[in-house]
Amino acid sequence: MIVDLPNTSTGAVSRRLVQLRADTGAMALSRVLTLVVVTEETDAEDAVEVANDASRQHPCRIIVVVTGNRRGAARLDGQIRVGGDAGASEVVVLRLYGPLAAHGRAVVTPLLLADSPIVAWWPGDAPKDPSADPIGAMAQRRVTDSAHTEGRPRAVLKRLAAAYRPGDTDLAWSRVTLWRALLAAALDQPPFEPVTEATVVAAPESPSGELLAGWLAARLRCPVSLARSRRGTGIISVRLERASGTVDLVRPEDGNTSTLSQPGQPDRTLALQHRSDAECLADELRRLDPDEVYEEALTTGLAAVRASRRTASEAVRAGDAPSPSEAAKTSRRLRRAARAAGTSAMVEKMPMPADDASGEQVQQAAAERLAEITERRS
Amino acid sequence: MSPRRITADANPLRDPRDKRLPRIAGPCSMVMFGVTGDLARRKLMPAIYDLANRGLLPPGFSLVGFARRDWADQDFGKIVYEAVKEHARTPFREEVWRSLSEGIRFVPGSFDDDAAFDLLAATVAELDEQRGTGGNHAFYLSIPPGSFATVCQQLERCGLSSPAHGAWRRVVIEKPFGHDLESARELNAIVENVFPADSVFRIDHYLGKETVQNLLALRFANTMFEPVWNNRYVDHVQITMAEDIGIGGRAGYYDGIGAARDVIQNHLLQLLALTAMEEPVSFDAHNVRLEKEKVLSAVQLPHDLATGTARGQYSAGWQGGERVVGYLEEDGVAADSRTETYAALRLDVDSRRWAGVPFYLRTGKRLGKRVTEIAVVFTRAPHLPFADTATEELGQNAVVIRVQPDEGVTLRFGAKVPGAQMEVRDVSMDFGYGRSFTESSPEAYERLILDVLLGEPPLFPRHEEVEQSWRILDPIEKYWASKGRTPDQYVAGGWGPASADDLMHRDGREWRLP
Repeated sequence: MIVDLPNTSTGAVSRRLVQLRADTGAMALSRVLTLVVVTEETDAEDAVEVANDASRQHPCRIIVVVTGNRRGAARLDGQIRVGGDAGASEVVVLRLYGPLAAHGRAVVTPLLLADSPIVAWWPGDAPKDPSADPIGAMAQRRVTDSAHTEGRPRAVLKRLAAAYRPGDTDLAWSRVTLWRALLAAALDQPPFEPVTEATVVAAPESPSGELLAGWLAARLRCPVSLARSRRGTGIISVRLERASGTVDLVRPEDGNTSTLSQPGQPDRTLALQHRSDAECLADELRRLDPDEVYEEALTTGLAAVRASRRTASEAVRAGDAPSPSEAAKTSRRLRRAARAAGTSAMVEKMPMPADDASGEQVQQAAAERLAEITERRS
Repeated sequence: MSPRRITADANPLRDPRDKRLPRIAGPCSMVMFGVTGDLARRKLMPAIYDLANRGLLPPGFSLVGFARRDWADQDFGKIVYEAVKEHARTPFREEVWRSLSEGIRFVPGSFDDDAAFDLLAATVAELDEQRGTGGNHAFYLSIPPGSFATVCQQLERCGLSSPAHGAWRRVVIEKPFGHDLESARELNAIVENVFPADSVFRIDHYLGKETVQNLLALRFANTMFEPVWNNRYVDHVQITMAEDIGIGGRAGYYDGIGAARDVIQNHLLQLLALTAMEEPVSFDAHNVRLEKEKVLSAVQLPHDLATGTARGQYSAGWQGGERVVGYLEEDGVAADSRTETYAALRLDVDSRRWAGVPFYLRTGKRLGKRVTEIAVVFTRAPHLPFADTATEELGQNAVVIRVQPDEGVTLRFGAKVPGAQMEVRDVSMDFGYGRSFTESSPEAYERLILDVLLGEPPLFPRHEEVEQSWRILDPIEKYWASKGRTPDQYVAGGWGPASADDLMHRDGREWRLP
């Protein structure tokens, strides 16, 4: 249900919320946090959708503060969405015009949930100093998105690093969680040797690549360099150099599958999908304590990353980065080698296998397969 | 600045403060016995896909199916695919499926065929080479306990139970863990003969780790419950596990086992232990187990088993909107079967905290609805400064922990009815995990399989606990078998036989309506 309240006051919005709740019954009882989304008109709809999706995991009240035209008379337009139009949350969209546009905090305050944490999220351009922003100052957690902030990623991250306060976090950081998990898991396995050097290849406009490199630098305390792939490719590869050889994790352009190669282990493919904004935001809402590891990557790690103008192909030629086309080939080869593999479309077309078999049939099948495999392996 | 050292225990990329980073199991595979079963299709295979989808399975993870079917790897792939399509919790992703399907293998064979197990050993060895599973393999025995011995011996014979240095082999077995103390010991001897105690994961899917941890958090992370969690304030505790289904096609398993062995021995006694135990020194598996064992060893049976227990069998009736047959008319059940489908009993816990507080346990099939809950019912206030008429409708306060469905906690207390009259009536205050947290918290099986692959010690019963619970149940079973009457009949769709109500009435109490 969507209720429009043009030219209204926060008091009226509040009363209407209570009334809607009484009308529809038990909804909106156990909201665990208030998510304040600060955005421009153009991004507003997308932001609400992402927040709604994320709220399915964390029921919350979403307050969207949309800054409209700053000229003209002060006016507040409200809109309440509940039930089917709001996922697992209740959404209050507040459009601020005229002088009021500069006072988002004043309209948000009366609508905050009692006794529960506040998360601020800037889906677009982030403030220069999130914790000094009036809405940011109220929040326990401030989620910026450096990928959508004006400026070169390095400059944006530097600014965020200078302004860092516990509770700050960035969606570009949650986007690399799967990469980090795979790299950490790779180092859980023998041989246990220090990493002497690391190279990250990522698109020049990707703050995620910078953060990943920063994290590696902070944690491994080894030289980390960053090479540039083409724009729009995201993170392409990570190489960790060790005495016994390299650990390569490569996700060729536009792919959702990566290959992992390590010395002494067969090459392997694994799913490494691009995470959606909703997933990343849900991750941010899961934990509301300061993220010290992000702090470390942002404030100390990033400064240690060698900024080079090297392109990805230069790095590959110099032998510092794995080749994405090789990785794509490997993944195709592995796929062919796996006998049971098939796309879902292929599997879909297969008939269901017979659900019974005689004892002799099975015994014979086992014997044949055993002979086959013994021959193959000898 | 020199690079950080890396050892088996110190990975610089891991940090306890880094709560985002999921723990991914090391390279491994899972070998599943009984893949044609309902459980494998409805729960296990979807859980594996969901884990893969959440990025928690290691690269190269492989799934080996073993069953008495003449299937090729692709055929088994199809079975897994259909199971995933129908039952997985998380959305279907092509690339996740592709990586998973690369590691799917099938071994045709029956448990007594040596060649089949040699084939399994060769398949697993080949996986180590092709996919780098590193010699780490978990065996999931989703098969009747009668076959455990054969399978364990076969695994031992072809060297699958003994890992190379630095690798692991683990085995997962499901309840029932025997049907009395003696058989439980026997079963344990068979399994622990082949696998060391730390490598044996006994699982109880009704009582997932999530549930147990929720219960522990509720009791021990808060200050408002623990002060009243004793015989000064608690009048009695009711633990209920009701099912609305009958025995379905499981007569072969169920007849002769009965409700007490099927449910009370494991689920209800575990819930009792978790409700009644003292605070453990820490929440690691060892210390929690110690406390559970302690409280289970303090459990006393009623002096007179005739009045302290009740049992029943469902008769024909209407369940929901459907006409259902009685237990004795079910296919495969003897017309004079004395197996109970409902059991209730009163237990006492002889400790300073619980002396004088009875714990009532009940379970049954074909009851009113499917529900599992723990109700801690408090004593009435010693004195009420209200007129009798004002508190006529006031019951006893209660904390009800709903285990399933709709996991959560309900508080029941009195509140004034609005109006000029002074009148106090029971109201309830409700908390639901599903409403305050993620809608889709991981399935019990996902947690469990992940724990097995990570080698996290399960919170689930070690053998000592299983023995303790048989110690409690064996005398009751013996009494029922020798002196007891035939189980009382109760109408399907109701809340059990009248004798169970009498058991409560004798103590001046009532069963809650769950």
